[in-house]
Amino acid sequence: MAGLGLLDFGFEFVEIFAFVVLATVGLAVIFGMMGIINLAHGEFILVGAYATTFSFAAGLPLPLAMLAGVVITAVFGVVLERLIIRHLYGRLLDSMVVTWGISLVMIQLVRIVFGNSAPGIGIPFGQLPIVDGPVYYLVLAVIAVGLLGGLYALFMWTDFGVRARATMQDEETARSMGIDTDRMYASTFAIGSALAGLTGALYAPVMPITPEYGTGFLVEAFVAVVVGGASVIVGTVLASGFLGTVNAAVTNVAGTFMGQVAMLIAAIVAIRLLPEGITGLLADLREKRGESE
Amino acid sequence: MAVSDPTIKTKPAVDETGRKSSRVLQTRDLRKEFGGLTATDDVDFALEEGELRCLIGPNGAGKSTFLNLLTGQLEPTAGSIYYDGHDITAMPSHERVERGISMKFQVPSIYEGLTVAQNLRVPLQQVVDDDFAVRTREILERFDLLAERETTASDLSHGQQQRLEIGMAMALEPKLLLLDEPVAGLSVEETAEIADLLCEIAADDGVALIVIEHDIDFVESIADRVTVLDQGTIFREGSIEEIKADPEVKRIYLGEDH
Repeated sequence: MAGLGLLDFGFEFVEIFAFVVLATVGLAVIFGMMGIINLAHGEFILVGAYATTFSFAAGLPLPLAMLAGVVITAVFGVVLERLIIRHLYGRLLDSMVVTWGISLVMIQLVRIVFGNSAPGIGIPFGQLPIVDGPVYYLVLAVIAVGLLGGLYALFMWTDFGVRARATMQDEETARSMGIDTDRMYASTFAIGSALAGLTGALYAPVMPITPEYGTGFLVEAFVAVVVGGASVIVGTVLASGFLGTVNAAVTNVAGTFMGQVAMLIAAIVAIRLLPEGITGLLADLREKRGESE
Repeated sequence: MAVSDPTIKTKPAVDETGRKSSRVLQTRDLRKEFGGLTATDDVDFALEEGELRCLIGPNGAGKSTFLNLLTGQLEPTAGSIYYDGHDITAMPSHERVERGISMKFQVPSIYEGLTVAQNLRVPLQQVVDDDFAVRTREILERFDLLAERETTASDLSHGQQQRLEIGMAMALEPKLLLLDEPVAGLSVEETAEIADLLCEIAADDGVALIVIEHDIDFVESIADRVTVLDQGTIFREGSIEEIKADPEVKRIYLGEDH
């Protein structure tokens, strides 16, 4: 039985880890790379979910419907960036107020246009044989890990990544090095939007699709970004691992609600002890080790 | 601001005798106002290929503003900038860099968290498709930074940081290099090294340079010609000897009464 308990915990962890990673990654890219706190992040996820579910209802196979969700959210993000967000770079508070406004408008707009619910999709791949849960959650975890690996490679090893990091660290120097920083911001915002769209698409089969769909991701996303700290990919991995472990362990013993409560308490403690996040602590440790050598 | 088509050659790159002109840069009535303050006041300025020009003047004379107008970091209120025979007044700054205008700022603009080699990668990937290793090594050797190749930029000495930044600017293979106080805070030896480097860049690479500098000895050691700015206008232009001998320059810039 102890073995089965461990399996349950493992499955719980995988499910929550994937959820936190996928909820966070689009927000983390936009905040980490551009310094924009996108309070409409949940509604970008909402666009992905609605585009997916209506594409599926129109007859597209699920993978293609999901791809449509990603593409439509990316295009939506680019249009919003060109029209509104680009005027808010370097204006943190303004960007929060504006994106919050966008969020409110979008929720009401979706309610007016599509009503209070959208057609469901149904969870693909069936149930796992040993643990009580769908195979699809394992697929989500594999996608989450693959996504993190892909993003790490994109930002660390490609010319685009060098340009993006150069722009993030010092925009003026980047411009003087011939980098089109406007285009870098637009591309980064498109990537962040596409990632949010992907999250909406991937969770469309497992969560009821309503105008408030996006808010279900917000707590995990913002908590993980703050706990993770400045480093986009490493921060997301470590914060998701930490929060996922706490949530899964408590959920396994005391149920989903207490798991959520324990995760938020752990996040509050972590933020109190590590104001710069987990990656801030790592940077401090590296610096101290460098000084002592 | 007047919008001009950068693809139209508004000034032919030939001189009056029909020979190909070696003029790299020309500004006409270039003006920049900040609210009620005119920082650059209808400046007509010209620079030839391979020329090393120093820009001097009291604080607030508009020197840095002028350089920032040339790089596109600031938009002029009026006037035009011609570079290599093209009107670049409305061109975004990254396109000016692509065309060969490179800038080294007053405050060291390097990526402190990256190594020396990684810093060079940023400009190099704008101009070369591969051969990063070869070009990186060439620049490191030229700017005497080979031993610091894997050193994090924040751990370099101030002089090494200045050399790295000039190396990054030169990695872009410019025709016009703009430097804002490149020897501020450097030792006598480091200043002499930078002076040799800049003279070499002008003479061997044919790069035209505009250098803002307060250290008149440094200016004397490098400049072909000197332009004195005062209150946003060109106050005097000439050889260093002429400038040093000018009593009005002494009064406004060197602070000497006559």
